[in-house]
Amino acid sequence: MRKLIEGSMAVSESVRLCKPDVIAAYPITPQTHIVEFLAQMVADGDCKAQFINVESEFGAASVVLGAAAVGTRAYSATTAQGLLLMAEVLYNLAGMRLPLVITVANRAVSAPINIWNDHSDAVVIRDAGLIMLFAEDAQELMDIHPQAYKIAENPEISLPVTVNMDGFILTHAFEPVEMLEQAFVDKFLPPFEPVVKLDVENPITMGLLAEPTWYMESRYKLKETMEDSLAVIDAVADEFKKKTGRYYGGLIDTYRMEDAETAFVAMGSLVGTLKDVVDTLRAKGEKVGIIKIRSFRPFPQAKIREVSANLKQLIVFDKSYSLGLGTILQEELRSCFYRQKHQPMISGFVVGLGGRDIPPQSIINSYNKSRGKELLNEFVDLRTDVVGR
Amino acid sequence: MSKPILTSVGPGTSKVNKTGAWRTLVPVFKHDACNDCRICVQVCPDACVSGEDSVYNANLDFCKGCGICAYECPVDDIEMVLEVK
Amino acid sequence: MTELTKKRKEKPPVVESLLTSGHRACAGCGEALGAKLVMDAAGPNIMVATSTGCLEVFSTPYPESAWRVPWIHSLFENSSAVACGIEAALRARGLKDKVKVIAQGGDGGTADIGIGCLSGMLERNQEVLYVCYDNEAYMNTGVQRSGLTPFDTHTTTSPSGKYSFGNQRPKKPLLEIVAAHQIPYAATATVGYPNDLQMKVKKALAESGATFIHLHVPCPLGWAYKSEATIEIARLAVQTGLFPIIEIKWGKVTRVRKITKERRPVEDYLKPQGRYRHLFVSEDGKKEIEKIQAIANANIEKYGLVD
Repeated sequence: MRKLIEGSMAVSESVRLCKPDVIAAYPITPQTHIVEFLAQMVADGDCKAQFINVESEFGAASVVLGAAAVGTRAYSATTAQGLLLMAEVLYNLAGMRLPLVITVANRAVSAPINIWNDHSDAVVIRDAGLIMLFAEDAQELMDIHPQAYKIAENPEISLPVTVNMDGFILTHAFEPVEMLEQAFVDKFLPPFEPVVKLDVENPITMGLLAEPTWYMESRYKLKETMEDSLAVIDAVADEFKKKTGRYYGGLIDTYRMEDAETAFVAMGSLVGTLKDVVDTLRAKGEKVGIIKIRSFRPFPQAKIREVSANLKQLIVFDKSYSLGLGTILQEELRSCFYRQKHQPMISGFVVGLGGRDIPPQSIINSYNKSRGKELLNEFVDLRTDVVGR
Repeated sequence: MSKPILTSVGPGTSKVNKTGAWRTLVPVFKHDACNDCRICVQVCPDACVSGEDSVYNANLDFCKGCGICAYECPVDDIEMVLEVK
Repeated sequence: MTELTKKRKEKPPVVESLLTSGHRACAGCGEALGAKLVMDAAGPNIMVATSTGCLEVFSTPYPESAWRVPWIHSLFENSSAVACGIEAALRARGLKDKVKVIAQGGDGGTADIGIGCLSGMLERNQEVLYVCYDNEAYMNTGVQRSGLTPFDTHTTTSPSGKYSFGNQRPKKPLLEIVAAHQIPYAATATVGYPNDLQMKVKKALAESGATFIHLHVPCPLGWAYKSEATIEIARLAVQTGLFPIIEIKWGKVTRVRKITKERRPVEDYLKPQGRYRHLFVSEDGKKEIEKIQAIANANIEKYGLVD
């Protein structure tokens, strides 16, 4: 059935269908609707989860950690400041190999305080060992949560997964969504069978101290698993495609790349805008396409190189910036091609920080600026009068 | 999981660690005045003391020689002595 | 053999403790003793979440674990929240009545860095027993001052010196803060009186709702006394009035342990401990001891500890 719903509702419905046992989340704009919808579902008996009103995001993450440790399916959602506050627990979850899903409504990180969308929050935890997926629109949000749990709970993986969605742009916009059915989700996502769990019949100890003799090996095991998850992310997306006909990409997705010479690279809702721009440019004879990065961690280096085989140029549009180094996606892509036989030119544009609007014309201008050139760390639509340059 | 993930262990695996090697004093249970009160069993921080019928002893694999059992024994039936190894 | 030494009626065999041997606690550790007593009183049908600290570090160096119950350590400040997640999960699985949940933390992990999560757990009245092992400093990191370090105590971050008698703040009134959340049961206990502690653990676990035990555990290393005296020192803390033994139900004090017949001056408690030796070298030190006596007197007055 097709419904016109808010992006947040797509998330809440999708999570409800995954039958979580424990939900703990702390409200923070613009994630609030996700949590409120789930609370209403619990109050109306449509969702049978234990809903815990926690005292902070740190509390929320800790509560779902405890729930996952008992072998139940747990869920949380957060944003920017909340993500940073729970960062300590996220590293803990990954290191302890506890699977669960956390939806992050991406928002700029304070200071200055700004409640609108960019990816500066998501990237903070990119080294922690969580799988990080980026969703493009409300339909993908409906489709991605069962996939996220399936990836997380895979016994070879057993890792926490963040589903990233652009705050306000996706959380608060209404889009037509093909709703998933409970029967389908029940079959696609079987009940959670944990690898390890707290159980009085088998009393194990979890969360031990790892001295120098052991710690490196635990990190190595995590590295191995992240590499294994590359195939699993693709496989789960392929299975979903087979069963529903819908595909938003596995590790990546491509758009009009068949004979492209230039590819735009981006994550999240910006891909939607880029598709419109590509159609406009193609109509004028420009050979452009899009590489959508859906899995930010693990970063799909091999896949990207594969689809870039005939490209002359990659133009990255990134909503995050690593202060002291450069545009994050730009840097990660450059490392992708270092010392490879084929090295396309790579330009990096910083867009939309703090929710700054990204009009299609700005993309086109950036494309034109990059003709035959490599431009790095370019801030698009910067108000030069304000910065005095 | 097919590959071990270094995150959990079974119960009581600490017993490979023979903390008895730490001590300088060792408790001598005289088995003379003991009244089965089992305070010695209760107060040992390392759960070393066991026995029955007025005969209790410390497990010397683990006893750290802290002296609490001797101090608390209400009938002075335990004495701490310098251990000669 | 005297009357006293005649064999008592048949006792059940001594069973292995749920916190077993081989852990790396210091000889005479009050916290190890306290945890053992708590675990054995609670029995095997529990799940335990413990904060970072001495208890966690000395009991779980991979791959050794002294715990014989389902046990998890996450972070320093969140054992209460993790326990809440365990409780919610057990509830979701219909196991809440079969399995009890215990959260454990030191004075630092409970009253300082962990107080936010603890307050949330108490406010929600989730069915968790929280045990605070109070050895009055951040012991595992080297005896630094915490919010529960008593007045005039030497620690490495509140040292006694030429211009200082040590920590200048009284203990944070943890039990009062906890009790103010109007939970079914909150109590102080001590390894000085092991039977009382174990009785209180059983009592707390029988409640439906949040419960709390503030457990006084002397530390031979951090308090600098001979390891054999752990229980004696703990008793003296009670007998001076410095650590009152009380029970609070739904915010009201319902029971206290009176010290009428066994009352001791604070010197008897302070003298054996190296962390107070700076109080015994000068006239000014004597004045400080009088201040500590005043704290004890105030406790005695407040809770009616002396008839």
